[in-house]
Amino acid sequence: MAEIELGNLVKKYGKVTAVHGIDLTIADGEFVVFVGPSGCGKSTTLRMIAGLEDITGGELRIGGEVVNEREPKQRNIAMVFQNYAIYPHMTVGQNIGIGLYTSKLNADEKRARIAATAETLGLEDLLERRPAALSGGQRQRVAIGRAMVRDPVAFLFDEPLSNLDAQLRAQMRIEIKRLHQRLGTTIVYVTHDQVEAMTMADRIVVMRDGRILQVGTPTEMYEQPVDIFTARFIGSPSMNLVYGTINNGVLSVADATLADAKVSGLPNGAVQVGVRPHDLLVGETVADGLAMTGRVTAVEPLGSETLVHLDVAGAEVIGTAPGKLMPKVNSEVTVSAAPGALYLFDAKTEQALGRL
Amino acid sequence: MSTMDVELPANRMRIRPGQILTWTLLLLGGLVMITPLLYMFATSLKTSGQIYDLKLIPAAPTLDNYISVLSDGRFMRWFVNSTLIASIVTVSNVFFDSMVGYTLAKFEFRGRYFIFLAILSTLMIPTEMLVIPWYLMSSQLHWIDTYWGIMFPGMMTAFGTFLMKQFFETVPDDFLEAARVDGMNEFTIWWKIAMPLVTPAISALAIFTFLGNWTAFFWPLIVTTSRELYTLPVGLSSFSVEQSIQWEKIMTGAALATIPTLIVFLVLQRFIVRGVMLAGLKG
Repeated sequence: MAEIELGNLVKKYGKVTAVHGIDLTIADGEFVVFVGPSGCGKSTTLRMIAGLEDITGGELRIGGEVVNEREPKQRNIAMVFQNYAIYPHMTVGQNIGIGLYTSKLNADEKRARIAATAETLGLEDLLERRPAALSGGQRQRVAIGRAMVRDPVAFLFDEPLSNLDAQLRAQMRIEIKRLHQRLGTTIVYVTHDQVEAMTMADRIVVMRDGRILQVGTPTEMYEQPVDIFTARFIGSPSMNLVYGTINNGVLSVADATLADAKVSGLPNGAVQVGVRPHDLLVGETVADGLAMTGRVTAVEPLGSETLVHLDVAGAEVIGTAPGKLMPKVNSEVTVSAAPGALYLFDAKTEQALGRL
Repeated sequence: MSTMDVELPANRMRIRPGQILTWTLLLLGGLVMITPLLYMFATSLKTSGQIYDLKLIPAAPTLDNYISVLSDGRFMRWFVNSTLIASIVTVSNVFFDSMVGYTLAKFEFRGRYFIFLAILSTLMIPTEMLVIPWYLMSSQLHWIDTYWGIMFPGMMTAFGTFLMKQFFETVPDDFLEAARVDGMNEFTIWWKIAMPLVTPAISALAIFTFLGNWTAFFWPLIVTTSRELYTLPVGLSSFSVEQSIQWEKIMTGAALATIPTLIVFLVLQRFIVRGVMLAGLKG
């Protein structure tokens, strides 16, 4: 196990800079998830940690040692790939055993390790099978088995669940999380799925355009996003945004009523007001919060609750109704959010200004 | 399990005119190709007096020619020469063509495209033009009338390199990177991971190379002078330049020579078809 430190890490492809000098320290045993849209540099960063991409600038330390120039095999890290990358011409046992390729263990010890790993992952009955005869989830487990068999200092996961269906993905999320709790090994995990990030991470790193926007626990990310991008990226459905104005310390939002809208310490000007769909309740009136009236454009019943899409003066807003309440499409409904549920952002810089 | 009546579609047995034309053309093409082969086997069962009797089934078939050819030590020597040369060249091609193809497909380096074009451009030069430089090289290296002399021009081919490169490009990089992270060196990754993933291409290349060298005539004829070093096609042709043309012996030798190629082809034909399809090439 080891701490991983990224010091002003830069990656350039010719004249294009993919990663702009990022700094991050991943603690020993921590589960860190890099999340962001395609092309944000998260996979490139992971591949630099793995040693599969040359580092253009900065310093990468694993376990306190600079490893910029070290080959992947010299870094003692293990990686699980998006496409599993388990070898079709080898059995499950051989695939797991490949992880011990450089190990100095004797044949009996290797066999014992493979058996123990297979048992941990529930693969003991499949050791003689070829990958073609396995389901997607089993293949992913084999890939994880190959990574964990040699007891690496860190696991790197590159979007490992994106090829699985929704049900299996949810199951594998829990399995990986349990595995981390049991092994306590440092994990760096890359995904574009914010649900994976929220459910698995000790800390989330949000990236955009080769830069780190915010690092924090899932709760911090959800409650204190630093800008509109992070606010909308974390949480599903995405945060609603409506335009508002601050005038002499009072916030007003067009087509909405806002009680007790005093904001202190903020200059006059345009702002964007964010409210999460789960905080924007349909049919309930909160006396001292935000209230808006809009026309229902669509409803998404989820069983325990219903997501209601509204057109509020031309802006699309999503609210939540209790499961049994199902507003009709084209009907007028009122949605409201309690005090403390509003997020304020500068309309120009899109940086967070605080909560209301 | 319940049974049920199944109504067959009414047009199931209807044959379209286009199909008849296709089958006719294929049948004619097949006949054109198989007729010489049938005559070869028929002639091998005839006596020298019956050679010009063009019946496909000889009046009195005899195996004397086979006994005569097989008991002739020269034939066995040429058979062994051909087997040895075709096998060594095949192994060499599979090894070197794959290695170069893999390098061109999977490594980024300056001049890669130029090297690939240079290799590819040699495909446009006919063998007849290459024979003179090959002969000069053989002469300077003292390889005239040696096994090396016969084999060296074919030890690595542009076609094989091209074929293998195309196949290696279909191997996902994740496999190779996973192996790199697991600690394998580049040679082991190529040998243990990449090569097994392109088995159809290796089979196709092996068959093409083996057949090509088994039937090679022109270069072995030029580079050899000793009868002991003749390959089978060169040796068989010598039956026609002694006192007279011994057609029955030539045909018997040729019939025997087709056996290994038939076996190789029949065993590996499913790979060759898949290999050619994936490479997007016509045989």
